[in-house]
This record gives sequence, C-alpha cells and structure tokens, in this order.
Amino acid sequence: MRPLFRFNGGIHPPQHKSESAGQGIVPGPLPKRLVLPLHQHIGAPAKAIVKPGDRVLKGQMIGQPQGPISAAVHAPTSGTIHAVGLHALPHPSGLQDLCIELWPDQEDRWIDRQPIEYREKDPTRVLDHLRSAGVVGLGGAVFPSAVKLNPGPPGRVPTLIINGAECEPWITCDDALMRERSGEIVEGILIMRHLLDAQEILIGIEDNKPEAAAAMRRAAAASPFPMEVVVVPTVYPTGGAKQLTQILTGKEAPSSGRSSDIGVACFNVATAYTVHRAVNHGEPVLSRVVTVTGNVRQARNFDALIGTLLPDLVALAQPKDDTDGFIMGGPLMGHRLPALDVPVVKAMNCLIATSPALFKPAPRPMPCIRCGRCAAACPVKLQPQDLHWFAKASNFGKAQEYALFDCIECGCCSYVCPSHIPLVQYFRHAKGEIWAREREKKAADTARERHTFREDRLEREKKERAERLAQKAAAATAQAAGDGAAAQSKEDALRAAIERAKAKKAEIVPRNTENLPPSTLSEIEKIEARRAQLREAAATKSLDQKED
Amino acid sequence: MSSPYITQPTSVNALMLRVLGALVPAIGAYVYFFGPAILVSLLLASVTALLCEAAMLKVRHYAADAFLVDGSAIVTAWLLALSMPPLAPWWLVVVGTAFAIVVAKHLYGGLGSNLFNPAMVGYAVMIVSFPVPMTHWAAPETLAAAHLSFAQDLRYMFAGVLPDHLKLDAVTMATPLDTLRTQLKLSHTLSEIRRLPIFGTLGGIGSQTVALMYLLGGLYLLFQRVITWHIPVAMAGALALVAGTLHGIDADHYASPGFELFTGGAMIGAFFIATDPVTAPTTPKGKLWFGAGIGVLTYCIRTFGGYPDGVAFGVLLMNMTVPLLDAYTQPRVFGHAEKETTRGKPQ
Amino acid sequence: MLAALWVMAGLAVVLGAVLGFAAVRFHVEDNPLVEKIDAILPQTQCGQCGFPGCRPYAEAIASGAADINQCPPGGEPGIRKLAELLGKEFKPLNAEHGAPKPKSVALIDEQVCIGCTLCAQACPVDAIVGAAKQMHTVIVSECTGCELCVAPCPVDCIHMVPIGEEIGTWKWDPPDYSYGPTA
Ligand code: SF4
Ligand code: SF4
Ligand code: SF4
Ligand code: SF4
Repeated sequence: MRPLFRFNGGIHPPQHKSESAGQGIVPGPLPKRLVLPLHQHIGAPAKAIVKPGDRVLKGQMIGQPQGPISAAVHAPTSGTIHAVGLHALPHPSGLQDLCIELWPDQEDRWIDRQPIEYREKDPTRVLDHLRSAGVVGLGGAVFPSAVKLNPGPPGRVPTLIINGAECEPWITCDDALMRERSGEIVEGILIMRHLLDAQEILIGIEDNKPEAAAAMRRAAAASPFPMEVVVVPTVYPTGGAKQLTQILTGKEAPSSGRSSDIGVACFNVATAYTVHRAVNHGEPVLSRVVTVTGNVRQARNFDALIGTLLPDLVALAQPKDDTDGFIMGGPLMGHRLPALDVPVVKAMNCLIATSPALFKPAPRPMPCIRCGRCAAACPVKLQPQDLHWFAKASNFGKAQEYALFDCIECGCCSYVCPSHIPLVQYFRHAKGEIWAREREKKAADTARERHTFREDRLEREKKERAERLAQKAAAATAQAAGDGAAAQSKEDALRAAIERAKAKKAEIVPRNTENLPPSTLSEIEKIEARRAQLREAAATKSLDQKED
Repeated sequence: MSSPYITQPTSVNALMLRVLGALVPAIGAYVYFFGPAILVSLLLASVTALLCEAAMLKVRHYAADAFLVDGSAIVTAWLLALSMPPLAPWWLVVVGTAFAIVVAKHLYGGLGSNLFNPAMVGYAVMIVSFPVPMTHWAAPETLAAAHLSFAQDLRYMFAGVLPDHLKLDAVTMATPLDTLRTQLKLSHTLSEIRRLPIFGTLGGIGSQTVALMYLLGGLYLLFQRVITWHIPVAMAGALALVAGTLHGIDADHYASPGFELFTGGAMIGAFFIATDPVTAPTTPKGKLWFGAGIGVLTYCIRTFGGYPDGVAFGVLLMNMTVPLLDAYTQPRVFGHAEKETTRGKPQ
Repeated sequence: MLAALWVMAGLAVVLGAVLGFAAVRFHVEDNPLVEKIDAILPQTQCGQCGFPGCRPYAEAIASGAADINQCPPGGEPGIRKLAELLGKEFKPLNAEHGAPKPKSVALIDEQVCIGCTLCAQACPVDAIVGAAKQMHTVIVSECTGCELCVAPCPVDCIHMVPIGEEIGTWKWDPPDYSYGPTA
C-alpha cells in the first residue's frame, strides 16, 4: 500500500452523486445552432478564420490559436458559419464575448482526420498537434495542455498524476468517463507519459467511485507501462491539483511556482481521454461529458457538443417545474448562470438545476465570532477570518500579505462558517480589486512615463529653437556691420520677418508626422488591424440581434 | 451571490446553545451543594442580559430577530452569574451583567468585535467596585452553620435581610482559595490547612465537584468541536506546571497542582471563559500561548496577588495580547517556505 | 498585590519590546513626499486640478499651495489615500474642478478626420499617432481619457467612449448585506 498524506482541513458535504452516476454516457443533442466562444481557455483568445457563409466540416479548425498560450476552436459538426459576433458566455457576469455561430447541416461530415504516430515523431510535432487540436485541461482550469506537456530539460517531471478524484458533490462526468472509457484514458496517459518522459504514473480516485477505480485498474493492468491506481479517501477538495499532489506524494507545490518545480504534472482524466482522441484518431476536442443533474427527472451524463446552447441540453434531462436556476460546475466552486442561453464550453463539467428546496437560500450572515472553523477547514492553511476582515475593510495590501492569492476559492471556509459569512465572495472581490488596481497602476505608470517623455521633448525642442534663433541673429548682426545703415534697417526687417515665419513654422511643425520610428509604424498597423476587426464586429453586431 | 451554494447546518445560535448545555451539569452540582439560589442569579442575569442586549441592538439598528436569539448574551450572563458568589445580592448580578453587555460587549462593537471577555469585565468591575459582597460566598450546605430556606435565600438576595437569629457568618464562609491564603499568612503549613473541614480531596468541598462538572461539560464541548483542545490544555498545563514546580520546591507553602486546578475558577476558566472565541486568538499556536499565559497569570495573581482568584484578571490581561499573538503565530501557508514575510503576489 | 503589579509591569515591558522590534524590523525607506503624492494621482494629466499635470499638482500639494480635493479622475478613493498619506481630514471633491466620470477613451472618427495634427499636439501622453494630412488614431491602451484632444479638433471628430465591462476585467462585487432589521 502506498502511504497517503493529507492536507489541512477539508469538508464532507453531502455527495449527491448517485442521482447521475452509473447511468452511462448519453449522446447530447445535435441542435440547429451552435455557438462557439473563441476564448474558452486560459491564455490568448483564438482568432476566427472563417467568415459568415463558409461551409465547414466536422473537426475543421475555425479559430486559430494566437500566441504561445492559446488553444484552437473547431467546428463540432459540419454546417455553415452563420455569424461571427458577440454572444453571452457561461460566466457569472453574464457578459458577452466573441463567438462563432455555426448552423449544422445535420450531416455530421468529418474532415479528413490525421492521427499521428507519437512514438516516432519529434515531441514538438506532437505538442503542435495537440495545440491545434484544441486540447486543454478539462478539469476546470482549461489551461492549454500542450504548454503543460512541454517537457523542458529531461527528467524534470518524473511523476505524472492523473486526477480522477472528482470531489465536488453532484458531479459524475469523470466517473462516467472512467467507467466507460478507461482503456482510452490509459492510451492518453501513455502519450502524456511519453511526452514528459515520466517514470511514475499515479491515478488518484476517491473511494466513493469503486466502479471507476475497478475499471481503471483493469485498463491499467493491460498497459505496457506500469501505472498505479490509488484510491484516496473522500474529502473535499481532494480534486484540487495541488491537494491531490500532496495526498499522493506528500509534496507541496510552491506558492509562487508550478507543480513541475516539484517534479509533478497533474492532468484530469478527461484531458487524457482527449489527448488520446487527438493523437491516435486525429479528432480535435469537439465535445465533452457534462453532468446534468439536480432538480431534474433524468439526471444524466451527456456527451455534449461544444457550443450546444444549454436550453437544448437541459431539455433532455427534463427539469422539474420548480426549477429556479442553474449552477455551472459544482455547488462549492461553481457559478449560478444569470441566463441559460449560453453555450457548453470546454470548462463545463456539470449543470445543476436548482430549486428552493434543494438549495436553500443562504442564511443571513452574522458577524464573525472568530471561532476559527474556517481556518481549520482551509486546505491551504489560510486564516479566512483575518482575510475577510481585510477584504471587508478594503485593506487589500494586508490581504495580500496574508496570502490571499493562495486561496483556491474551494469554499470550505464559507461552508463551515457558523456565521454564514460569504467569505469566498469577499476573496473573489478582493482579488478582482487588486488585479484592477494593478492594471490601473500600470496604466498610470505608463502615462506618467509618456508624459514626462513628452515634456522633456517639448523642452528640448524649445531649447533647440531658441539656439537656432540666437545663431541666426548673431550671424545677421555680423553681416549687417559691413552694410549701409539704410539697407541694414530694411534688410533687418525682412530677415526678422522671415525668422518669425520660420519660428512660427517650427512651432506648428506637427509632431508624430515625420521620421516615425518602426515601433510607432507597427503600432499604427496594429490599430488598423484592430479597426478592421471592430468594423467587422460592428457589421455582424450581436448574434442575437441578427437572429430576431 | 457567489458560490458556495451549500452550507453546513450550523449557526452561532447552535454553538451557543451547546455551551449553555455544557454548563448544565455544573449548575446541577452547584444547586446540590450550595442551594437553589444560584438559579435565581442565573435567571436574573439572563433577563438583564436580554433586556440590555435588546436595548443596545435597538440603538445600534441591529436586527433583533437575528441577534437577540444568537445566545451570546445568555452565555455571558451565565458565566458571570456562575463566577459570582451564590448568594450575591440582586443588584450585584444586575449591575455586573448590564456592564458586561452594554459596555464590554456593545460599546466595543458587539458580537464578534469586543476585545475583552464581557463576563470577565463584568466580574472585574464588580470586584473592584464592590469587594465586600463579591467575597461573601455561601458555605456548602454540609458545612454551613445554619441553613436558609429558599424563601430566606430570596429575601437575602433581594432585601439583604437575614432571618433574625442569623448572622452573615453563619451562612457564608471564605472560599477555599481565600482560606488557603489567610491560613498561610498565619504561618500554618499546607498540610495543616488542608485538614480543615472546608477542603476535600481535590479542592474545596462542593466546589471541587462543581469543577469536575465543568471539566465534564468542557469535554462535551471538545467532543462537539465547539472548542479546540489548545486553550484548556495550555491553561491547565501551565497552571499545573507552575504549581507543581513550586509545590515540589516547598510543599508546605505552595498548594499542589491538583488543588490549583480544582479550586476557584480554573476549570470554568479553562473550558468556558478562556475559550470564548471572540476574545481568544484563532491560530493554534496563538491559542497555546494564550492559554499558557492565563495559566501562569492565574497562578501568580492567586498566590502573590491580593484578589480571591486570578482567572478573571488573567483572562483580561491576555485578551490584550490577542491581536499580537494572532499576528505573530500565523501558520505556514501551503506551498510557502517556513519563514516568509511578503506572501502571495497577484498572479 | 505587589507581585501582580510586577507581572503587569513585566508584561508591559515585553509588549513594548515586541512593538519596538516590529517598528524597526518593518521600517521602510521613505520616498520624497512629492513622489508619494504623485504615485497616488491617477496620471490622467487632464489639468482639471488647475495645474498643467499631475506632478505639478503633487508639488503644489506637498508645498501646501493646493488642497487635496481637486482631482476629479482620482475621485473619492484618491482623496482618501491623499488624506491618509498626509494625515489630513477627508473632504469631498471640490465641485469647481469637475466631477468624476466613468473611465473613457478617445475615439477619432476616421471618416471625418482631416489630419490636422492638432489633437496629437494636445495629447499629454502622445497617445495619438498619424502623419500630417492623414487620418489620426488613438492608441487605446495609452489613452488616459483626459479629453484634452476633444476641444482642439476643428471638425469635432473626436468622441469620448466609456470603456464597457468585459469578461476579462469583470470583477465580483463585495457581498451586500447588513446586520440591520430586514425591511
Ligand atoms: S468560521 Fe466564520 S465565524 Fe468562524 S472564524 Fe471563520 S469567518 Fe469567523
Ligand atoms: S476558499 Fe480560500 S480561504 Fe476558503 S477554505 Fe478555500 S482556500 Fe481557504
Ligand atoms: S486633475 Fe488631472 S492633471 Fe490634475 S492630478 Fe488629477 S488627473 Fe492629474
Ligand atoms: S487621446 Fe485624447 S483623451 Fe486620450 S490621452 Fe490623448 S488627449 Fe487625452
């Protein structure tokens, strides 16, 4: 038996897994409309490479990754691009972002799929392949996997951890995937192991999923490379990457670094599955398993196309009449959706229909009585009671000093607080404020710098002008000494006039017009490009408006 | 509202109720040994506390439906009443409780904000202002020269009148701690003193049983996770350690650790008063220092000071150090090196 | 009694030592005052405070020539920070200098712009680029929203556009509840 470690605190909320577990993965709908956000991952948004009217095939890239940290977006089925424009995203703000709207032709015709033989290829080719297949972490972080799988110096990451903990209540999508597709997950793990050159593979699964663990054990036994399925105790938030790493290895990922610093890489089981599909079958990420549960008659795991609008998906689960909203994700870290008319995205693992009976309204908050339960429950060993004071008083510097940014927003503290203080919301607010202030400060610093620079330039130009004037005047006096007095006064007047005109001209010589440095030229170019985009967006307007 | 959307079914109210429940065995023992008058004190303190609380909530525009029933005022009232002499006159209880609630609790910001333990502030103010009635302790029933009926108790508490044939001395006597001190001053040795009828095997007759019941209630609170072990263990440990050391050096003049633990307010202090979350540190290390500090101060004030017991002043003195203790005993955050001053940067 | 006094005195000494230690240990080197004030000012460089830019205003505050409530872009939070830095009372923004507005950036209507360069000359942070007689453009990321370019434009083609909320910069509101009676 492998010795297991434990993290501080944690909680044991009611599981609610049985509602949706063990029912098998059901295919999602093939709706009339798909809305594909260009920014479903961490990093730079993808760039649309299709125009309205274009016909696309299933698996065709429609959004190209931009910059080193980005991921591609693909057409989940064949059809016609209807629009490129703004649409609401599944985000707590309910705000819109750039999306591609695809109208499926219901034929579901594949593009020519190109699997690659990963063992024979240069690793960078495989990584490029994953990047253009849009593979991102499906555990919730949606970080581009190609970046994380970049091995760096050999032997840097000896341990590969596969996260099948799935610790949040209600969610069973990874459970379903492990039960049904364990072989394919193992295939994906082998690819990741190959890329990282890892020596040890640990698959962590909570002990409330014995079927999944058994399935994974069977698949692992058939694997050419040894991998160990480790059943870990059910404690929330075991599924946090850093927490699972600690449980399995006893190592703490440094706060300021990444887990590769301690020789560990951690991936979700669903990510492993998509790596396998991308490499061995040439299929990009077109769908994901989404648990639809809660106040519904048929809680199920659906294999839903990315971009499926939630009303289409939810209808299959038959929400009950007293449903008053939906949570995307779990009840501890998820978000209530302001509106249901948003698409399935790669980060969406679960949708919970809520009713007043299932999710009681939050009890009224009382003042903190400093009972310390929050600190005892915090897996990061923070002092939420102190942090909340600092956040409430807008004393953000102090909050940062007390390691606010190490908070993983797991919600354990709010869950146990006898005063029902919305602690996590304070922390989210404080983090947002600090980021905003950081941005503001950066902008102010740039402005200060540019302003000082401009002042200096104006000063310099003024001085230069004055010098030129003085020189000319001196020359004029010298010349004038030899001429007649009458001629002199006449010429003087003339010269002075010319001088004045020149000075005036110098004064209005526009800056920024001649000798533009290449940096400015490229800036102008960029702006032109942006303007083109803006015009495009303005032309397409909001997708919804066009719809009406 | 942001997640989480589920919470544990617990509340301030539930915690306070458990504290009150844990006090019940001790109150039972109290009634058994010292008579039912304490129940009157408890009732009086409770009513006063609720009235003052309601008035202050009104003044401060706090919702009475949430705050009046949170139980915190009653806990303060009970702790104060249990710290006072069993036959304390009614006005002593009322003034003490009112001071605790109005000044020590609400003028310092109310639930969760007060720096000092309200019950102990009430106690300290009363003992400084009215030292005489605060030191008239009813004798345990088995030792008293005369017995008062419940009606006579009430008459004494509310009118200060004793039955004609009785003097005050007949129904009250010095507390075990006081007796110990006076007798030591008369240069009796400890073994002689401990043979006096007022002492039992652990502490004073009667009061030792009450102390045992506090211990029992405290264990219940520990088991229910209303409190953590740190403060009681540190306080009792420090008290026993200092007492044990001095007792070891000079057994004739310094009482044994067991005696120190089971007399006076040591047990109720360790499990119920020092553990008041609002006025104690929140970090485990801070709690240990806090408890140990109270233990040492209690011993010093008892042994070298002029007051009948040291728990109240020990607690109040240590209350002042709580912000510092909290600031200097922050646990190491996950993923941070042991000694680090500037932590997390925005990512 | 005496012993109790000693205990308290001892405690006071220890506490004092700890505080003193903390003061020495966490002492930070001081910036000159003007720098500190300038660091608080928003650097919009709009001149609404009555000075030709943020730094001159900072100098005026430092020398006592100007009050702390004259900068509309900094708004109340800015005044609070200044008050705290200088140990002064907070006072509301002086309305003579204008009112705070939502943050905006200038947008030049390219169809109308005649390329006169007047706006570029007015911009305090060189956020406008473009050659003479050509269309001019605002570098949005550099624009401070000072509005100084709006008035000089002979064809009125510069407009201030408020920066809307975006998912990337959206932030959670703080929890909103009170301990007061429920209405
Ligand atoms: S759990 Fe709640 S009441 Fe207790 S210390 Fe934490 S924030 Fe305060
Ligand atoms: S939400 Fe943050 S502070 Fe609260 S328990 Fe989780 S990590 Fe700790
Ligand atoms: S009013 Fe304008 S120029 Fe003056 S300090 Fe504020 S931002 Fe700077
Ligand atoms: S572009 Fe206009 S509004 Fe923006 S900084 Fe320059 S002058 Fe001010």
